[in-house]
Amino acid sequence: MPSRDPIAEPWGSRTPYGPGRRWPARVDLHLAEGVGPEDVDRWVPSASILHSNGDALDIAVKDGRIVGVRGRGEDRVNRGRLGPKDLYGWQANHSPDRLTRPLVRRGGKLVETDWDTAMGLVVERSRRLLDEQGASALGFYTSGQLFLEEYLTLAAIAHGAIGTNHLDGNTRLCTATAATALKASFGCDGQPGSYGDIDHADVIALYGHNMAETQTVLWSRVLDRLAGPNPPRLLCVDPRPTPVAAHSAVHLAPRPGTNVALMNAIQHELIRTGRVDHAYVRDHTVGYGELVRVTDDYPPERAAEICGLPAERIREAAALLGGAERLLSTVLQGFYQSNQATAAAVQVNNVHLLRGMLGRPGAGVLQMNGQPTAQNTRECGADGDLTGFRNWNNDAHISDLAAAWNLDPMRIPHYAPPTHAMQIMRYAEKGSIRFLWISATNPAVSLPELRRIRETLARRELFLVVQDVFMTETAELADVVLPAATWGEKTGTFTNSDRTVHLSEKAVEPPGEARTDLDIFLDYARRMNFRDADGRPFPQWHDPVSAFEAWKRVSAGRPCDYSGLTYDRLRDTGGIQWPCDAEHPDGTERLYTDGRFWARPEECESYGRDLVTGAPKEEAEYRAANPEGLAMLKAVEYVPPHEGPDGEYPFTLITGRTLYHFHTRTKTGRAPELRRAAPEVWVEVSAADALEAGVHEGDPVEVRSRRGVVRARARVGGIRPGVLFVPFHYGYWDTDAADPDGERDRAANELSATDWDPVSKQPLFKTAAVRLRRVGAGDGRPSPAPTTTASAPLDAEVAATRGRPDTLEEPDGGGTR
Amino acid sequence: MRIGVALRELHRSESAMAVELLRVADRHPEEPEIRHVARDLAEWSREHVREIEGIAPRYGTDLSGPEHPEPSEEGERELPGEDSDADLALLADLKRLYRLGGGVALDWDLLGQGAQIIADSDLLAVTERCHPRSVRRMHWARGMLKAVSPQILVG
Ligand code: SF4
Repeated sequence: MPSRDPIAEPWGSRTPYGPGRRWPARVDLHLAEGVGPEDVDRWVPSASILHSNGDALDIAVKDGRIVGVRGRGEDRVNRGRLGPKDLYGWQANHSPDRLTRPLVRRGGKLVETDWDTAMGLVVERSRRLLDEQGASALGFYTSGQLFLEEYLTLAAIAHGAIGTNHLDGNTRLCTATAATALKASFGCDGQPGSYGDIDHADVIALYGHNMAETQTVLWSRVLDRLAGPNPPRLLCVDPRPTPVAAHSAVHLAPRPGTNVALMNAIQHELIRTGRVDHAYVRDHTVGYGELVRVTDDYPPERAAEICGLPAERIREAAALLGGAERLLSTVLQGFYQSNQATAAAVQVNNVHLLRGMLGRPGAGVLQMNGQPTAQNTRECGADGDLTGFRNWNNDAHISDLAAAWNLDPMRIPHYAPPTHAMQIMRYAEKGSIRFLWISATNPAVSLPELRRIRETLARRELFLVVQDVFMTETAELADVVLPAATWGEKTGTFTNSDRTVHLSEKAVEPPGEARTDLDIFLDYARRMNFRDADGRPFPQWHDPVSAFEAWKRVSAGRPCDYSGLTYDRLRDTGGIQWPCDAEHPDGTERLYTDGRFWARPEECESYGRDLVTGAPKEEAEYRAANPEGLAMLKAVEYVPPHEGPDGEYPFTLITGRTLYHFHTRTKTGRAPELRRAAPEVWVEVSAADALEAGVHEGDPVEVRSRRGVVRARARVGGIRPGVLFVPFHYGYWDTDAADPDGERDRAANELSATDWDPVSKQPLFKTAAVRLRRVGAGDGRPSPAPTTTASAPLDAEVAATRGRPDTLEEPDGGGTR
Repeated sequence: MRIGVALRELHRSESAMAVELLRVADRHPEEPEIRHVARDLAEWSREHVREIEGIAPRYGTDLSGPEHPEPSEEGERELPGEDSDADLALLADLKRLYRLGGGVALDWDLLGQGAQIIADSDLLAVTERCHPRSVRRMHWARGMLKAVSPQILVG
């Protein structure tokens, strides 16, 4: 097997293939130093939990410890490939600073205790608040990294047993807009397309999606197509010079916050040049007339002015999309975390409806996920939706859910949409939420405007429970800390953004007294003595398998139907896409192949929201607009961002995820190779802006917004002038600022504004107005930003980011050349 | 023709709406969604005012009036206690916006009817642009009220 340095070559070697061919396998393997494949005792099936691609892998176990990973060559998602985070991230499991015992706050300090004491406190406080104020005093904020069985259980406890409306996941930060946009266009959540569409597409459009860094393995698939015969042409919309941009036929770098104007102009051009599939539009959609009317106001010249782009480039982009025969589009944070997030994402769906590009190979749209198990929070209802893609505004759906759970429907709150994460924080800030249980996420680094979040979480009146694997910045503020088992230490299923379900099995024992999230939630339910209508303990399930069976029942008949799946099948086959039921025993690669949608008023998951105001629509309105349940073309006007650059704060700050780290670095920061590749926060600045500010590569700079400051070294790169980029993963657990008086000047969210998309409620991390100041001369060292990615330096002298060649790759030689 | 009267009334009510929306935005700086969306909606009102000003000369309508018109219902308390309690003030403000918004939407309805009968396609186009937005604005106030009231009422 040839060896590779996964840090320097994140996408590995090419296995080129042509359109319509099967993506050749390439099996990647990485084992701890000194361990050979023959030393491995067991290989345990799983998939990656450090990003949303869902790369299937086997965990190598030796002497009861994880010693490495190997890609699963037969799996539909990755065909054996693994990215840097997959290859190295597992080492965090062994980190000596894992939480191993419960902690409780005594005299202002967290001290070790036993489970009975810790859970006793949680239960006592829950009961007291339920008596005093009722369910509205309790809130739950979960992750995008737990398993399906765990979200289902949490949703059942919060919505069913307690009856609080306050439950959300941090998928609010990653994927809420994807879900909302899919509901807005198609009536229900669920990805229409498939990763397999990359094998067929002739044009791939990536909107605000730096796939090369967020889904490295999916990007390998694109690179392999690009290297093969008849490669697809790419459109990239991104203000940064990402690897995607470098490979694109057309790269648009619009002014941040102007995506809707751009998308309107593109649609304007598609309509003007007759690139509309009128038969598809007539038979399968509503809303065309209004779309024509609204986009008529956005000729490319007007958008060019708003977006700061040449009109000619916008025309080229439209021509590229208009000429496609098999168009695949993907969308991520550049749209989802930006001004008019949902409105912009919906316009991408529109393009597919206008062009009839749905439901056949290569014609697909992927509204992406940020987090690996984001899809499960959505399906299970742990993210501000109701279990099984049910509509909170439809009484029949509530009764149906209540029947499945054997509860009185009145116990399931449905007077308003479930409370979203930012509103949960606001209620906690104001004091009406007095108990907040946070599982597997780290809002003290990941939410906008950190000073405000820290103050909220630290309020004495708020009883804060944090369940996690490490002592995070959030856990430090808790009243009770519960040590959790993680990936590799527990069994369950999870689903990636193209609906592929994987089983992840327990490979090793969790450290110390750490327990699985499922056990913790169920233990709480038993101690609270929750009961169903027949007096049986609720939730009625007790382990991963019984939870999965309960999920099969509650999902049956809904779009996300898992009723045809079992652990055994997943174990044998690898990833399978839902819906998987009696009719589709092998799963379903593409939705809507027959041009029929889950949008009839009786079945849809949501009646939709106004794309500017966010106001939920009522059933009557929905029925009037879409009685037959067709797909919905939704037109929307451009509305400028709420915070723009001005004389005092002349730059727009955008923040984002980068290649080597994931969610606040809690795990990835503990994998030495990943940590070394991007050890510190940095600030990306364009050459023109650097010249004006007198900033050179590596100079220490300060970025300041109305809310805070970040200090870091500058990376002079190819970003759009007027825009600064700061990676958002860096917090304080591994700095001096971890002590109480340390300065908080490293996390990008010190700067961001508390603002969210009114439709999806996803926070906007890409609009803060900031200023830049050089704080001194550099010491000649360049910024520690990676050179392999969008943060590549202009200065050719900067040494390339490198690791060591310690990973093996075995191509199956199945290329088509 | 009385179209001019309707235009004048709309000019007043949309101007007042803009003022009221901005006031509400300023009154709740800690509620981002209220603050930001109210400002965006105030911008709609300003656009509507410009539309009215654009078409009014055809009807010889004099649009001079108070610089900062006060909404007619301003000052009327919506809820007891709203002066001292920020949460109640929020509910009261949303109720007020809904009612005002309803009034403005009705005015646009009226004007649309007028435009139909005199077959003025430009005027009709103006009402077709502005009326739906006036309804969306009203729905926003109601939607927010439904979303935030339960917690406020028990908190
Ligand atoms: S980086 Fe943040 S936004 Fe992206 S997936 Fe992770 S948590 Fe979500």
